[in-house]
Amino acid sequence: MILDGKSPKGPIETSWDKHRFDMKLVNPSNKRKYKILVVGTGLAGASAAATLGELGYNVESFCYQDSPRRAHSIAAQGGINAAKNYPNDGDSIYRLFYDTIKGGDFRAREADVWRLAQVSNNIIDQCVAQGVPFARDYAGYLDTRSFGGAQVSRTFYARGQTGQQLLLGAYSALSRQIKAGSVKLFPRCEMLDLVVVDGEAKGITVRDLITGEIRCHAGDAVVLASGGYTNVFYLSTNAMGCSVTATWRAHKKGAYFANPCYTQIHPTCIPQSGDYQSKLTLMSESLRNDGRCWVPKKKEDIGKPANQIPEEERDYYLERKYPSFGNLAPRDIASRAAKEQCDDGRGVGPGGRGVYLDFAGSINRLGEQVIKERYGNLFDMYERITAENGYKVPMRIYPAPHYCMGGLWIDYNCESNLPGLFVLGEANFSVHGANRLGASALMQGLADGYFVIPYTIANYLARITPGKVKADNPEFRKSAEDVQVGIKKLLSINGKRTVNDFHRSLGKIMWNNVGMARSEQSLKEALKEIPALREEFWQNVKVTGSGTELNQQLENAGRVADFLEFSELLARDALNRNESCGGHFRVEYQMPDGEARRDDENFCYAAAWEFKGVDNEPELHKEPLAFENIHLAIRSYK
Amino acid sequence: MSDRKTMNLKLHVWRQKGPGAPGRLEIVEARNITPDHSFLEMLDQVNEELIKADKEPIAFDHDCREGICGSCSQVINGIPHGGQERTTVCQLHMRTFKDGDAIYIEPWRARAFPIVRDLIVDRSALDRIIQSGGYNSCHTGGVPDGNTLLIPKPDADYAMDAAECIGCGACVAACPNGSAMLFTSAKVAQLAAVPQGKAEATTRVCAMTETMHKEGFGNCSNHYECQAACPKGISVKFIARLNREYQKALFK
Repeated sequence: MILDGKSPKGPIETSWDKHRFDMKLVNPSNKRKYKILVVGTGLAGASAAATLGELGYNVESFCYQDSPRRAHSIAAQGGINAAKNYPNDGDSIYRLFYDTIKGGDFRAREADVWRLAQVSNNIIDQCVAQGVPFARDYAGYLDTRSFGGAQVSRTFYARGQTGQQLLLGAYSALSRQIKAGSVKLFPRCEMLDLVVVDGEAKGITVRDLITGEIRCHAGDAVVLASGGYTNVFYLSTNAMGCSVTATWRAHKKGAYFANPCYTQIHPTCIPQSGDYQSKLTLMSESLRNDGRCWVPKKKEDIGKPANQIPEEERDYYLERKYPSFGNLAPRDIASRAAKEQCDDGRGVGPGGRGVYLDFAGSINRLGEQVIKERYGNLFDMYERITAENGYKVPMRIYPAPHYCMGGLWIDYNCESNLPGLFVLGEANFSVHGANRLGASALMQGLADGYFVIPYTIANYLARITPGKVKADNPEFRKSAEDVQVGIKKLLSINGKRTVNDFHRSLGKIMWNNVGMARSEQSLKEALKEIPALREEFWQNVKVTGSGTELNQQLENAGRVADFLEFSELLARDALNRNESCGGHFRVEYQMPDGEARRDDENFCYAAAWEFKGVDNEPELHKEPLAFENIHLAIRSYK
Repeated sequence: MSDRKTMNLKLHVWRQKGPGAPGRLEIVEARNITPDHSFLEMLDQVNEELIKADKEPIAFDHDCREGICGSCSQVINGIPHGGQERTTVCQLHMRTFKDGDAIYIEPWRARAFPIVRDLIVDRSALDRIIQSGGYNSCHTGGVPDGNTLLIPKPDADYAMDAAECIGCGACVAACPNGSAMLFTSAKVAQLAAVPQGKAEATTRVCAMTETMHKEGFGNCSNHYECQAACPKGISVKFIARLNREYQKALFK
């Protein structure tokens, strides 16, 4: 089937304004008759719930954490982009639109990206009004800084905690609506099923994580803002609770999953130190401005202290391979190059999975004080985790899974192929194409929640009768029963291996075969190993305790069970996409210089997969991507 | 690189089935822990062993494991977050302990934080303090350009210092009175310091203070334990600001 993204026709500059006028509205006095269920309280979910509540809708908001303020948006460090052009350095909505399309390697929908760039400016104003303490200059004006993939200074920031401050802004708006009674909050509740009635999304089934109660919530529309699936790699920069569960279970109820193979691996993370490790920590990639990446030339030198390896025995591999960009090669290139050195047996540190990031040259040239001023907080963080002093010995870094560009398929209205199901933020697939630029994730989450969904959801609601489907509909009973059956099954296996152990094994399969560099062979290997591991899971997993109490093992078991299904789709999508683009790199498809080789003739489409059963092949639907405003070109930052 | 030798530890962990159930310290062995384990990874490993031995794993709150979400909440050897300066439990590493150590692990203890299970407590009272007024009542859309109101850099920096609070509740757990003054004051001070927050400063400070008392948090008697325990280094100067804002409000 050919999917229609429903991009508005006509000039792109007026597309969103015209579309807003064309959409239906819900009469203010009718709004309270509609109930909207919002899953997730990160930037997208909290801003959506707050705004919809303020408009007068009857909103229920769900999160698995004990408080909505703890959603993982809180961990974003760098900043948020907006086309304000405050520094007068040539920025514009069009330039932000252009940079985002190009950065995404021409795999995003033009109209969605235009709208994102257009509303980016409103986001900054909104956050300032909420009291978000953005950095200011000495005259009291908002300060900006530069970020990767852009030649203008358009990134607004709040120290190294921009995500935290923006999320607390959205959380405060949400708190205000909870107080006003327009939003009802359900913390420590995990969505375990989407309820579909006559082909439309009409509710969710959740598990109360404190009591274990399985409960159905009926609504007129469901908004999923449940984040990304990067924990499919086990070790990632995501929080421990981040999972694919909400989106995957919606997928199993008919929502298409788009471009799951687009995953982002961030080059400058602290390497793994042992098998017990539970997560990876990211350090700002600005470190590569003054650090030089190297590994020993000779394998015999592995294990020697770095200062005993003479200059001529060091391989500054990025400078060698990419003389013009050197240590500032793009994220995907730098990540893959580090992996190659380690695969060659020349990686440093525990397990040989690390490369040096050496500041000795810069410290000699500029002095330790200058380096401290630029990166002091990062050196402190590095020392807290590794107990090594980065000023005295070179840091060790290694790439880590960080973000996913794929997600549930949506049209221009953020509505999935299931009417009434809307998907926001990292959970959807839309604006980042095959690669996300820095400081764009925060922008997207808040754009979707504050400025897109409040308009587009009305267009759906105005066409339906409110409260038509009630919780006594047989579909709800069936959904609750299905969830109960799943939980009982997990608890009854009583095998030998722990949930974490399975997750770790899955992570290894994914990282080795579907990670930074993928090949037809490695993907086929993964497609063999994943079903085998899944089968073992359902025979040999051990989950203690019961379903009628707080049971963190059970929660995690459900999430890992979903990853064991989803991972197969990710690998399949990667195998289908016979090209390299953005974060998806197939070794068979590269330029002589190692750059990604796109195939616009055959793959200029979004791949949206339809679920056909766990052990059956999913069906591929294509949404062709048209580039009418920005000319399709080879992505080059040289 | 740190010493790779592993260690064995004797954990005295608070175990409690539920809010009404009796709780007690149970001894659990932690074996083969490397200095590079984080404290929570040590507990992960202990839990894996407990599961394999058909025992209930220790329940504890955690999520981001990079010191920003505020989920983790353990009192280690009597000190919330374990006593390493400006460090949450998840960022604490086992190299600060040595082989054979006994470690006491307890939940946050405060009247306003009922225990849910083991090391997990209910901190929703903090959310209700924010809900009672910890915001600017601006509508989505219809706000002026971000540069319309200038904010002097020192004021913006002061607001940011206060805004760094991660809402973990260590300040409450550290306080002999179980007071949430540091938490509440950080939000009051952040919003009172910038022009966008001034319009509601009076109602905000009154509402949040009232909720704080209603939720069962104690009062401040200047022990400063909160500041010492805070993983983000939030200063007690904000409590002074809270008191000042409250006094101003009473005369209005």
